Amino acid sequence: MHVLAFSVTVFAVSALAGFLGSLTGLGGGVIITPVLTLLLGVDLHYAMGASLVSVIATSSGAASAYVKEGLSNIRVGMLLEIATTLGAIAGAHLIRVVPVSALAVIFGGVLLYSAWHSFQQHSERPATVSDPLAVRLRLDSTYPDGDRHVPYHVRRVKTGFGLMFGAGLLSGLLGIGSGAMKVIAMDQAMCIPFKVSTTTSNFMIGVTAAASAGIYLSRGYIAPGLAMPVMLGVLAGSLGGARHLMAAGIRPLRLVFSAVIGLLAVEMIYNGISGGL
Amino acid sequence: MTDDRMDTIIGNLLRAGVALSAAVVAAGGAWYLAAGGSGTVDYRRFRGETRGLHSLVELPGPQALILIGLLILIATPVARVVFSLIAFALERDRAYVMVTAIVLIALLYSIGTAWW
Repeated sequence: MHVLAFSVTVFAVSALAGFLGSLTGLGGGVIITPVLTLLLGVDLHYAMGASLVSVIATSSGAASAYVKEGLSNIRVGMLLEIATTLGAIAGAHLIRVVPVSALAVIFGGVLLYSAWHSFQQHSERPATVSDPLAVRLRLDSTYPDGDRHVPYHVRRVKTGFGLMFGAGLLSGLLGIGSGAMKVIAMDQAMCIPFKVSTTTSNFMIGVTAAASAGIYLSRGYIAPGLAMPVMLGVLAGSLGGARHLMAAGIRPLRLVFSAVIGLLAVEMIYNGISGGL
Repeated sequence: MTDDRMDTIIGNLLRAGVALSAAVVAAGGAWYLAAGGSGTVDYRRFRGETRGLHSLVELPGPQALILIGLLILIATPVARVVFSLIAFALERDRAYVMVTAIVLIALLYSIGTAWW
């Protein structure tokens, strides 16, 4: 395909993915890879490389705002980043031994899961006591809610740590942020308030993705000519989406977007099994 | 240094890194499109020509500039971790100096694989 036409198409598609991803909270990175591979015929490794780069851009951009508001728990993030970076390094190394068909099926499964997850009700289960380990590591903190600071306790540090290794593994293996799994580890296992979990997850995604990025670069998965329009597109789109975050009518949009993700997931799994990728 | 102050500096650091990276990638992209006007691209088959940091000297100028922008982006979270390490050291928080050092070693290992 012609360089200019291809770049403009990829930029437009990435901007739309980034816009919808940040508007619905599902993240733009997760649909970039299926769109590039299924619709534009891009090789899966190149698509994952471009997606990984865009994940670093959007998470760092968004994290800068949340961190300043004092919503992210930096100690929790820092501690769990040990697990996610080691997981990401393992995942990135595994790409070479896992067949493309299996990668596509795993990718489809993760897509289906994130579409389903976005419809779950978030029930806050505030913990009244802390894990002794959390006390020793000073993980308990407060988050701002209006003009007061709400204190919270952190539980099951070891379980959360283990789940985070899994989240990092998927991130490195598929070139995604795996934000949904990070949030589950924090708000379900560790009983951290949902708001703090999502913003801390965002804060961690950049470091996790950077841990696979070096390996992706050494293996040739990051093609500058492709990563350029993807990264700029997703970044522009997600900045636009963040500006409209408070607008009404997000729910029907999320429904449509989740349906699109579900369709892409099924097609990804089908292509993986039939060897179409 | 207080945790609040650390939050503000980290926020600014991340924003500056992403902005600088996007500007360099955009400049490289404009050059790439201007230079490659009538050519075609094909990403259907994996070839993986851009391998590691030494690609910077082998790639044509526009792609090399894009790669520099991408490297700034990858370096942004790494810089954040380096800053956290210094901040925890100033707070004399020995446990978190250890935690942050482990994360930094993991990141440097990954970047090290791309060195050659």
